[in-house]
Amino acid sequence: MISVLDLFSIAAIAGGCFFYLAGTVGLLRFPDAYTRLHALTKADNLGLALVVIGLLPQMSGLLAAAKLVLVWLLVLLSSAAVAQLIARSARRQGGGQ
Amino acid sequence: MRLRCRRGRAMAEFLLSAAAFVVLMVAAGLVRVARGPGRAERMMAAQLLGTGAIGALLLFAVATGEAAVLDVALTLALLSAFASIAFVKFALRQDQAPDDAEDAA
Repeated sequence: MISVLDLFSIAAIAGGCFFYLAGTVGLLRFPDAYTRLHALTKADNLGLALVVIGLLPQMSGLLAAAKLVLVWLLVLLSSAAVAQLIARSARRQGGGQ
Repeated sequence: MRLRCRRGRAMAEFLLSAAAFVVLMVAAGLVRVARGPGRAERMMAAQLLGTGAIGALLLFAVATGEAAVLDVALTLALLSAFASIAFVKFALRQDQAPDDAEDAA
């Protein structure tokens, strides 16, 4: 028997896997540093977000669920900062390509 | 310590295969480290490794029910942020050192 929550989890995690695939394909196929950065930082964070949202219904303790959300927020914050830093250093090195 | 979660056996297998898929995607993304061309691209592949490994670890933690793996993911989130920031601050800055000196003069 598959419950509605399990179905939600499967859909969200499958969506997350798709965005991880999109991020990797973007990193490999896009032509210059800025577009690669765009694919990496946006698509991968969305993938992680969907994975976390999909895992939340599987937890029964509030503490562990809060820890999942904490990991996600930390990654969001750090990757936003790192994306700016990498883009700036790529621009200083001469327009990405 | 066991993680309290309500997933069944089939769900655990689905979570494990999703984790394997994410790890596979990260491994494919690491080709960018070899191809370059710039240091920024190599750093981006390291960033991909961080995000993908955190996602895979979260999936693995819930699939196996090991609470400690969640802490590993949390630590990796902190470490990958600091690794990227340190790289940008020091390794990439080395190319700019002469320019900075001229600006200061």
